[in-house]
Amino acid sequence: MINLLNISKDYGENHAVKSIDLIIETGKTTVLIGPSGCGKSTILRIIIGLITPERGEVHIEGDTLTSDNLILLRRKMGYVIQEGGLFPNLTAQGNVSLMASYLGWDKNRIQKRISELCDLTKFPKDALTRYPIQISGGQRQRLSLMRALMLDPDILLLDEPLGALDPLIRSELQNDLKEIFSTLGKTVVMVTHDIGEAAFFGDKVVLIKEGRIIQEGKIYDLAKKPSDPFVTTFINAQRSHLASIGDKSS
Amino acid sequence: MNLLKVLPILFIIICTSCSSSHDSQKEIKIGSKKFTESVIIGDIISQLATSQGADVEYRKELGGTRVLWNGLLGGDIDIYPEYTGTVTQEILSDKNITNQRELKEELAKYKIGISQPLGFNNTYALGMKRENADKLGIKTISDLKEHPELKFGFTNEFMNRGDGWPSLRSAYSLPQQNVQGLDHDLAYRGLDSGHIDVIDLYSTDAEISYYNLKVLDDDEKHFEDYFAVLLYRKDLENRNPETLSTILKLEQNIPEQKMVEMNASVKIDGISEKTVASNYLKETHKIETNPAEENFFGRLYRNTLQHLFLVAISLSTAIIVSIPLGIFAYQNKKVGHLVLGVVGIIQTLPSLALLVFMIPFFGIGAVPAIVALFLYSLLPIVRNTYSGLKDIPREIRESGEALGLTPFARLRLIELPLASRSIVSGIKTSAVINVGTATLGALIGAGGYGQPILTGIRLDNMGLILEGAIPAAVLALLVQGLFDLSERVFVPLGLRLEEEKH
Repeated sequence: MINLLNISKDYGENHAVKSIDLIIETGKTTVLIGPSGCGKSTILRIIIGLITPERGEVHIEGDTLTSDNLILLRRKMGYVIQEGGLFPNLTAQGNVSLMASYLGWDKNRIQKRISELCDLTKFPKDALTRYPIQISGGQRQRLSLMRALMLDPDILLLDEPLGALDPLIRSELQNDLKEIFSTLGKTVVMVTHDIGEAAFFGDKVVLIKEGRIIQEGKIYDLAKKPSDPFVTTFINAQRSHLASIGDKSS
Repeated sequence: MNLLKVLPILFIIICTSCSSSHDSQKEIKIGSKKFTESVIIGDIISQLATSQGADVEYRKELGGTRVLWNGLLGGDIDIYPEYTGTVTQEILSDKNITNQRELKEELAKYKIGISQPLGFNNTYALGMKRENADKLGIKTISDLKEHPELKFGFTNEFMNRGDGWPSLRSAYSLPQQNVQGLDHDLAYRGLDSGHIDVIDLYSTDAEISYYNLKVLDDDEKHFEDYFAVLLYRKDLENRNPETLSTILKLEQNIPEQKMVEMNASVKIDGISEKTVASNYLKETHKIETNPAEENFFGRLYRNTLQHLFLVAISLSTAIIVSIPLGIFAYQNKKVGHLVLGVVGIIQTLPSLALLVFMIPFFGIGAVPAIVALFLYSLLPIVRNTYSGLKDIPREIRESGEALGLTPFARLRLIELPLASRSIVSGIKTSAVINVGTATLGALIGAGGYGQPILTGIRLDNMGLILEGAIPAAVLALLVQGLFDLSERVFVPLGLRLEEEKH
């Protein structure tokens, strides 16, 4: 379980996150959603310790995140970002095995784990010797997910992982990701601005606006029992225009 | 990077180069200035000392009085030819020395001895082309007052010394404004080609008759006497008395006409200083010396070794120091700017000034040259290391952090490999600058490709100039090629593929 207690983060005059309390349940997928600049990525970066909040505490599986245990706690979390954040100087294999080699895993164990992950993420094994620049965007995201899963972390943090992909690949990856989440049963926190994606993945959806949580719950609750007019506005803003074409033709 | 492997090798090179010990009893270190007369006398001293069985180290063509004087005080030189006027007017100009006895006493305070005059007075004089002087009716320096349009070209030393241009101008109230500083040997050529009308010259210069010059009469008696003498370290009297007394046989034994003749043999007839010195010793002192003349390949080999030595030591130490400095600057932004500022300021110092600046601290020879080259090589590497690290995209840097790598592991596994291209290109820039700047090392006795360039300028010998300039250029290209190749080793394949794709 991840527990955020009264977290605030300022960038100068700009209050990016304002006194947020949030419980992220173990084994569930929690989606943080909201308009650009609402602070949803900042919250994710606070959880993995890339940003230190001005106030508040982060508890990860019972441990309070501090600068002393930061490095150890990070190894219990996998982090995937929009463009993958892959190391261009390393091959696909090098990217995935970096931490394991650093921690002194033997070669067989590394190979076995990479083989499992290739099967899980449907990453082609013959592409393992390629460099990030030599593989497609979709494969890069699969690779980034493999890297995040290498040490078998309890928690997966994904910051708009599918944001830079074209719709067909995106849809394919959405299906694969959902399958992976349900197979592994990990605690997942995903940031997206797409309400459809939130509905597809989220056991719980957290809607954020200007650094505050507006409403959290199942997507059904947000749609049917909005706690604030903004919830409805946000959901309706992303309604498909194709749906309205359908309305007129019927 | 394989710095850790290179480090011990480098250490061994430095140690062996420093520990090349000589038998200090029989060792004598001789210096000379970078004009022909001084080089000839230096050769005469060298051959005399060698004939007496001494172990001679001759550092010729050093760049200026201060370099030699400091070398003498610091013990890098035991003896060198000097002129009385230079001592009283320049080295000890603040002491108001009026006679030989005071001169000797003042020098003794520095533990420096002075010989009797060698027999000729090479005073400063002003000269112009005879036909030009006759046409304008100029016979004396005072006559120049009537011709403010004349262009003066003086040696840089003459422009600044106590009895040089500033005091000459006020002594004679000279009106000329168009005065430029240049090398003595170039001045003769400027005069000959008509770009300059009046130059300073030395009264024993061979060129006076060769170019048919008029020496203007010093009617106000402004210039001091410049009797040639030998300055030597007093400890030589105890350390190596036989060699010193052999050398001092030169006292009163080089008459002015003989010196002019020897200068002409070298500068006009193209005979080497060694041969001229040997002939003098045979005729005047009945001493056979038969100095070995180095051939072209011998010189090239020696200059190459010296040059490579300067470049290799200074560049490799600069690499070892600069990369950590660049990393430090990147990790500590505030102090980092200070570091970048300081190495930037060093880079703006003229290289010659930096070389001479090192002499009080490190004496003369290879050490001050290496230190100066080292300082000069810092900026490109420090700056490129810093910017290479700084320019790593945020998401990649954060991915490394998010994995749970320690800061040192991130630096080693991700950040330095990503900055490698920038670092290698900084090293390449430093190396090329270093190879070029190292040619100036000859001015402070470090040898290298600068030596034939200096000699070539002095003797107006284009062949000799090219003998230094071409290998220096080739070496710069080779070094550049070497670092281009080294990118294949140090820059990860993934980054090179990325560059090809963009």
